[in-house]
Order: sequence, then C-alpha cells, then structure tokens
Amino acid sequence: MTGQVSRRGLLGGGVAVAGVAGAFATGRATADAAPPAGGADSSRASAYDFRGVRQAGIVTPAQDRLHLASLDVVTDSREELVALLQAWTAAAERMTAGLPAGEVGPVEGSLDLPPDDTGEAIGLCASGLTITFGFGPSLFRDADGRDRFGLADRQPEALRDLPHFPADLLDPARSGGDLCIQACADDPQVAVHAVRNLVRIGFGTTSVRWSQLGFGRTSSTSTTQDTPRNLFGFKDGTANVKAEEAAALDDHVWVGEDDDAGAVWLVGGSYLVARRINMTIEVWDRQPLGDQEAFVGRTKGTGAPLSGGAEFSTPDFSMPGRGGPIIAADAHVRIVHPDQHGGARMLRRGYTFVDGTDALGGLDAGLFFLAYVRDPRTGFIPVQNAMAKHDALMEYLKTTGSALFAVPPGTGPGEFVGEALFA
Amino acid sequence: MKPLPWIAASALLVGGPALVACGVESTAPTAPGEGGDTRALSVDSSENACELSATEAPAGTISFDVTNSGSQVTEFYLLAEDGLRIVAEVENVGPSITRALVANVPAGSYVTACKPGMTGDGIRSDFTVTESDDEVAVSADEDELIQAAQDNYGAYVQDQSDQLLVKTREFVELYEAGDSDDEARALYAEARTHWERIETVAESFGDLDPRMDAREADLEPGQEWTGWHLMEKDLWPARAEAYRALTPAERASFGDDLLANTVTLDGRLQDLSFTVDQIANGSRGLLEEVATGKVTGEEEYWSRTDLWDFQANVDGARVGFDGVAPLLETKDPELATALDTRFDELQVLLDAQRTDDGFRYYDEVSPEEIKALSDAVNALSEPLSRLTAAVLA
Repeated sequence: MTGQVSRRGLLGGGVAVAGVAGAFATGRATADAAPPAGGADSSRASAYDFRGVRQAGIVTPAQDRLHLASLDVVTDSREELVALLQAWTAAAERMTAGLPAGEVGPVEGSLDLPPDDTGEAIGLCASGLTITFGFGPSLFRDADGRDRFGLADRQPEALRDLPHFPADLLDPARSGGDLCIQACADDPQVAVHAVRNLVRIGFGTTSVRWSQLGFGRTSSTSTTQDTPRNLFGFKDGTANVKAEEAAALDDHVWVGEDDDAGAVWLVGGSYLVARRINMTIEVWDRQPLGDQEAFVGRTKGTGAPLSGGAEFSTPDFSMPGRGGPIIAADAHVRIVHPDQHGGARMLRRGYTFVDGTDALGGLDAGLFFLAYVRDPRTGFIPVQNAMAKHDALMEYLKTTGSALFAVPPGTGPGEFVGEALFA
Repeated sequence: MKPLPWIAASALLVGGPALVACGVESTAPTAPGEGGDTRALSVDSSENACELSATEAPAGTISFDVTNSGSQVTEFYLLAEDGLRIVAEVENVGPSITRALVANVPAGSYVTACKPGMTGDGIRSDFTVTESDDEVAVSADEDELIQAAQDNYGAYVQDQSDQLLVKTREFVELYEAGDSDDEARALYAEARTHWERIETVAESFGDLDPRMDAREADLEPGQEWTGWHLMEKDLWPARAEAYRALTPAERASFGDDLLANTVTLDGRLQDLSFTVDQIANGSRGLLEEVATGKVTGEEEYWSRTDLWDFQANVDGARVGFDGVAPLLETKDPELATALDTRFDELQVLLDAQRTDDGFRYYDEVSPEEIKALSDAVNALSEPLSRLTAAVLA
C-alpha cells in the first residue's frame, strides 16, 4: 500500500481487510436479501451493494444516521440530467463499497487539482452506507404544468404535491424538490460525505433546495432490531412493516405491475414521504406521565399498549376503562392503527433531528418522518388526515417541511439509477 | 444553581431506574419493600385476589405499586375506615401493566380494594397506618378550601363568558355595520380577552372551537373557515396576498354565526363545575397556550394583538392558581411561594409592554423582549406543571 492511501487503506481494525476486491467477503448483504437473524448488532452488514432488484436504504435495517438532500434541477437539458444520474450512480456505487467518490481518490491525485473525493471519510468504514434516489413531482412538470424533460406523460398519478394537512406550517425552503438523495449510515460523517460529494458532482445541473440531518433512527425496519425511542421518549413505529414480511412489502411498500399503466418504470419501486415534524419539546416535558401515556396509548417504559401485554401485543381498542376505553379515542396508537385505515401500513424509516435551538431557546427538534408506501393516496394521506384531525399528539407537533418522491426500483448491472424512466 | 425546593416534596421514584448504563434498558420495577422502605408497597391485582406486600405501613408518603395480573382493567383504592370515602385511587391499570399510587396518609385504619373489571365493591382488606415521625397533618378545613376553589372558579368562568357574550355582540354589530371598522378593530382584542382567559374551558367543546377560534392553517381541505380569525384577517388584511375583502352579506353571515356560537357556548358554561385538579390543569394549560401560540406571535397573525391574548391567558392561569393556592399552602407551601414569585416576575415583563390602548403590537416588541417573556413563561411553567399533583396530594 505504499504511496497509495485509499480510503480503506487507512482502516485500523474491525472489518479492515487489505485489498478492495475481497474486503467485503464477510458481512456483506445485497439490498434485497433479508438480514441475518440475531441480535440488533448482528443484523447490519458493514456494506450494502448499490445495485440490486430494489434500491438499498428501504428495507435495509435502518442505520443510525441520516443525511437527506432535496435538489432542484437547474438545467433544461435532458442529456445533462441523464449524465448526472449516470455520474451519481458511479459515485454511489463506489461510496457504498467504502471507496472514494471519484476514481482518483482524496489524496492520490495531482497536487495541482482539487481531489475528486473530499476526504473526510478517509479511514472510515463503509459503515453500512446506503444511497437511495427519488424523483419529485416537479421533475416532471413545473409549476405551470410545463413538461420539463419530456417525462410528463410518465409522471405517476400518485406523484403529486401532498395536500395541505391541518396544522401544517410548511416552510417552502424545507419542502418539495425535483430529486432526493437519502444517505443512511452508521457513521454520521459517512452519510454527510456521501451527500456532499454527490451534491458537488451535481453543481451546474442541480441546486440543493434543502437537506436534513437525522442523528438517530426512530424506526426499526427489521425484526432483528429493537424499536428505538423518539424525542417524546416513547417507542415509535412498533407496527412498522419489516423486511421479513415479504407479502406485506408487496401489499404496502412496492409499486405493483398493474398499479399505474402510465408509470411502468416505477414498478418495483416505492414512494417516499418526507415530513419534518417539529415537537414542542419543552411543553411536552411538562405533561404528567399518565397524560403522556394516554396521548400515545402505550406505556412509556415497555411500549406495551395500555390494554396490556408487551410491546408487540395487539392493542385492544374496545377494552373498557374508567371514563371510556382504556386506549383513549384520541390516542395516537388508535388513530393511526392499520385497523382504522383499511389495513394500510407503511414502512417507516424516520430519524430524530435536533437542529440547534430556535430564537426563544427552545429545541428546534423533532422527527424527520420518512415512510415508504406503495401509494400515498391510500397509504399515507388518509392516515395523516386522521392524525391531523383527531390525534392527541398533534397538540405537541408542528409539521414544518413536506415532500413526496417516487423512488425507482433497483439499478441493474450496467444501468444508471432510474434508467427505465428515460428509456 | 440553587436546588429547587419543590422537587423534594413530591418527586418519588417508584418505577425503577429508566436510564441504565450502556444502553442496557431496564424498566422492571424495583421490587417494593426491598431496601427496608416500609412505605413502598406492592399490590398484585389478579382476577380474584388483591395481594398487598404488607398490611400496614408508617404514616407519611406511602406508595403502592399496583400490578394487574388479571385480564381486565383494574383499579386500586385506599378507602377510609368507613369503606366509603376515597383517600386515594389509581384507575385504568391495564392487564400486565404496573401503575404507582402515591399518597400522604396519616395514621389510622383503612380499607384497600382492588376492582378488576371496575365494577362492584372490589376485593377488600383492612389496612393499618401506624404512627410515625412523618405524621401527616390533616387540614380540618380541606373540604372547605376545595369547595371554595371550585365555587370561585365556576363563578369566574361564568363571569368571563357573560362578558365575552356582551363584547362579542358589540363587536359583531360594528363589524357587520361595515362603516365602523376602526371601532371593530379597537374592540377585537378586548373581546377576545374574555375568551382567552377561559380558553382551556372554552375550547373544550369540539363542535364550537373549530367554528369560533380556528386559524387558517388549522383548516383541512374543504373545511369552511369561520370565526374570530377570519374576521381578524378581514379587518387587518395588510399581510395577506391578493386579499378579497368580504362582502357585506358575507360579513353578516360570519358575524351572526360567531354570535350564535358564543350564545351556545355561554349556555353550556353556565352548567359547568370544576374540580380542583381541573382548575390546576387549566392553569397549566393556559400557560401552554402562551408558550405555543402567543409568545411566538402565531395566534393573532393578522392583527398582531398577541400580547392581549398573552395577558388574558396569564390572567386565567393566575386566577386558577390563586383559587387553589390556599389548598396548596397546606400541602406544599414552597411550591405556592415559587409560583407566586414566578407569576409576579412574568407580570412585570408584561406590564412593561402596556400602552394607553392595551399592549404593543407583536411586531413592535423586540426579539430580546420576546425572549425574556418566553424565558419567564418557561420559568413559571416548570413549577406550574407540578401544581395538580401537589393539590391532589
């Protein structure tokens, strides 16, 4: 390794293996494969293939950190857009393998040139990095309905701006976007490195509209993972669709062959709903424990429904309590439960965020809600409407950002991400 | 930082440590009675039994960790010797769930009861509280203090509702006249003061509140916007984009609707009575309204009259606190003193914003002043969040 310092060459231990080709012989999983059984730690591979039947970063056991960027395309040229997706595919494939973003590397190139990798990931593992791309409604048509890139007739019916929900206080600078890059990793610097380098590759073709860091996962996407806690201190997403539920994934997450005749390119993909939900942390913290549990409908300690049992016990919504059902009519667990929405479920992949403090010294913090659904019109919008109208938690929530993206299926050998859309 | 005196009085950990080193989570309750704490008892409420870890305890703050090992929701009661008067209770304990009941209990004979299924007399046993150094003083006139607090608060709500109705009628007349908008604007914040003082009660009617006090952003698609804030926007359209003023017919329709809803509200409020915990919770709730809507300038987006609402919420919270303060003095005098001080400190800051006509408009208040108000709200809200538990202790 003399003279050449590759990103992996500086690995100090753990999964460090000399030589790139064989480095991932152990612990490597394809994006579509179910994770190995075992405890929470053993469920996660050190690296995931970028290419596969599905994009990685959806059913992949949720990593600890997130950086998600939403970008606008600033060119009118379809060719430039396609070239960018090709360049992003190559860079994403490299970075998810633990390699530098560019072919030269952060310190291997000419002293007279800026490096083609920014270098902050030197010495870091792949850290389970996944990079997932999506297309927003505004990529297909601009605000005046004009076809931007000859793609308008392929815009999926369900890919429209989400409606205004009660209590939405959306910041346009945190909403929407033509493209999104979701980078998840177990090391925050690896996730940020990925977005930073992809954004750099996009300059001249794309412009970042907004981006969001998430410092802790709030969902488990595999039965091998523990359910994490959100900033309210409660376990969240207990009823999530999980990687091991193949039939449920087909029913609720993956776009089916007959879903949308005008958008066959999306078959096998999904829709990503992104919502930046601020929590009024300080006010929440002053609620008595009993009230907090009544709002959620679960105990704070174990996450068991108030109707009894353990975390994964089925809530008994009809069990009587003093003064009404023991799980209150406006309890979160009741309002959003699949039973209330014709069985609709989502694959949630949200992250906790803290973006410092606001002007009044309160935490600018909450849940960056990410959910993958087969069709937002049935899988998300009705649930969100019910929540906005009836959920006791709404008193402590303010949604400040919102976006919807169509996430194409996986990228096959030799393809670039989303190639079917342009075929 | 000096210690906060009110924490010591009521902070009692019963559920066991929730934060454990290195992510190893344990929410299992610490076994009650272990470690020689004879005031920490456990209760096993099953389908047909009610087993306490001890049948007596020394006077003082006694905790009962009630675990439901049955299949229906259960309750646990500590009753006076007559088996009728409830000394303390915990309700809604779901199957396999543990709930803590903490009560200050003087020496004497008592009856305990588990009530699986929440019906009947429950499964009863005798329970003895022995003399101890922590003897609990029982205020002989506690019932009188409770009654006085309830009566006074009920009267306050009715009085504010009466004034709200009078002022709303006046406001609607001016608004519908169409040629008196200056007078309508002058009366807007004043009339709403009476709503904001009893907001936690007034907004509790799910059919009326959305029609009377909804902000534009609260609406769902297809929902008609009515009420105060619609008229607010119509009277102060300066911040609106391409605003179309309401027609006289629309003004009449929306004005009549608000007045009719206010009449309905007034009728309902005449019959309401309030328990001390409702009064104390209302006081806390009004400060939350300040924290989430007023101090941020969101409530009166068009008129910028947020400080009127701010003061009115604080008025209502103070009345609620003052009402239960004599009771609180017998239970936790340090908390009473702390709350009194915090209310005064907040009021000083609000008074500094007064003008001849009321208050400065929100956009005239500097960011530093808003921050100071927010800090004072936080300083008051933290001890206020302990008020209900303290008056019920």
